Amino acid sequence: MSLSTRAQHSAVEAPPGMPSRLDGELLEVSMGPQHPSTHGVFRMNVALEGEVVRRLKPVFGYLHRNHEKIGENTSYLGSMPYTDRLDYICSMSNNWGYALSVEKLAGIEVPERAEYLRVILAELTRLVNHASLLGFLLSDMGAWGTPLMYAFRERENILDLFESLSGSRMMCDYMRFGGCRCDLPPGWMERARKVVDGFPHFLDEFEQLITGNEILIARTQEVGKLSAELAISAGITGPGLRASGVNYDLRKVDGYGFYPRFKFRVPLGEHGDCYDRLMMRVLELRETLGILRQAMDDLPAGPIMNPKVKIRAFKPPVGEAYGRIEAPKGELGFYLISDGSGNPYRYRVRPPSLINLTVLEDMCLGHTVADVMVILGSIDIVMGEVDR
Amino acid sequence: MASAPPIDEGLRSELQKQGIWVTSMQELYNWGRRNSIWPLQFGLACCAIEMIATAASRYDLARFGGEVFRPSPRQADLMIVAGTVTKKMAPQIVRLYNQMPDPKYVISMGACAISGGPFKQGYNVLKGIDRYIPVDVYIPGCPPRPEALLHAFMELQRKIDGQKLTGTGKAAFLDKTVPSEFPVPAFGAHDLEPPANADVFHPPKIERH
Repeated sequence: MSLSTRAQHSAVEAPPGMPSRLDGELLEVSMGPQHPSTHGVFRMNVALEGEVVRRLKPVFGYLHRNHEKIGENTSYLGSMPYTDRLDYICSMSNNWGYALSVEKLAGIEVPERAEYLRVILAELTRLVNHASLLGFLLSDMGAWGTPLMYAFRERENILDLFESLSGSRMMCDYMRFGGCRCDLPPGWMERARKVVDGFPHFLDEFEQLITGNEILIARTQEVGKLSAELAISAGITGPGLRASGVNYDLRKVDGYGFYPRFKFRVPLGEHGDCYDRLMMRVLELRETLGILRQAMDDLPAGPIMNPKVKIRAFKPPVGEAYGRIEAPKGELGFYLISDGSGNPYRYRVRPPSLINLTVLEDMCLGHTVADVMVILGSIDIVMGEVDR
Repeated sequence: MASAPPIDEGLRSELQKQGIWVTSMQELYNWGRRNSIWPLQFGLACCAIEMIATAASRYDLARFGGEVFRPSPRQADLMIVAGTVTKKMAPQIVRLYNQMPDPKYVISMGACAISGGPFKQGYNVLKGIDRYIPVDVYIPGCPPRPEALLHAFMELQRKIDGQKLTGTGKAAFLDKTVPSEFPVPAFGAHDLEPPANADVFHPPKIERH
């Protein structure tokens, strides 16, 4: 059903004697914080005219865990485990973003092997994130269970790799400023290769299930359109921005880590609707697999930690730094001000989830209330990062 | 800690060989209840992802009869408090608990739900959900592994198995004098009012000898 037929549907004449459905009276609905599809404890106050959304006000703060305040009261190393819990699906990327900004602050060099390991782990995290997102989004659309089961099956394989490397499935706490915490255990690379080689099979199967699916196309195409101008002016980053056709990927723009050494393409969308955002994830997964293969082939031997860095009792010089990476959800930045003591004077996180959420109302207006969940799912938020 | 069988075990085994199955109402009732626990589909933070992983294919909570996650508290038996409870969220959790029909159980999953965990020093974090609602099983971990959640689930089944329907010491949900709803805390000037429900919250007393 296209948008135009839906609009006709809502303009159907009311039965005689009944007030018209389009008499301008709005129904206020509070969706969340306990809602099966709000991806955590997120609440939206929606004003509905019939089924059509006329106003949408997000309510945040149900998971505000004082991340920044705790970061200012603990040492630089002490914040590292807390960054795991920001975007709890992609802990490795968060570690990298934080390590990068501390390295920028103190001017620390990172050994080559550690940089390669960071690329491998961050890209594996991207696989986890995008696969889970596809599963969650489809289950929001009513495909209960099956796609999520498929996605979590792949996720478990990658979490096994994380666990054997860092000791924890989700909260890896693996990277340190100046390198990584420990080297790969024996046999890890072979297992990782097996996971990466098996992933295209899952992706083909998944794509076959979703791309030609009429229900999915009807629910996502022309729904939640985001223009390139609005996306740029609102500061949207990540797959949501690229789905609107803007070629902006920090891996290419900043070239942090060793990304300039790898050959990969940045997929771009055309329409900026939910379908484009969904397919952007599928296409990015394919590119990610290419990066992973290149990085695994080129991984050099050597130390994984800069021996000059004392990560305990770490005191960077006075100054400030902003480090940013292309996390799976968008630009993840950490801003640090140092006054020369053992803990940061100011610690600020630029979460992609929160900033990508600012255009939710613009995307939802004029769509039905059932589409709100699809649009929210296609933005890809994690409340741990939105509220911090 | 299953309750004592209604008849002698040896006699029962003999009867079973003849195709006669003897049981008590209590055993049958508890058997049915413990094998169809419907959890509330309700995630707060990181632990919720592990809760989903537990319900997904590898760990498969369905083996224990707990795969039917209900989004409505009216249809749920079990609340898994999975994640950090903030002071803004705590009133909603108590309200959800009050909306669940009896008999109802609570699993406090992860360090945050038990005590505030790594975020305990935060000004907006509740130091444990057991300040407002009674908790049946606690699982530590940050986040607990899916196996740990399965273990908590089995512990809960054991608890249900031991619940008596009649006589002294019968289950709390059958006792009219035991409340099944608890007052919802309100936002005060500095903290939630009251900071803890004294009827529910019994912090351990530390005694030195």
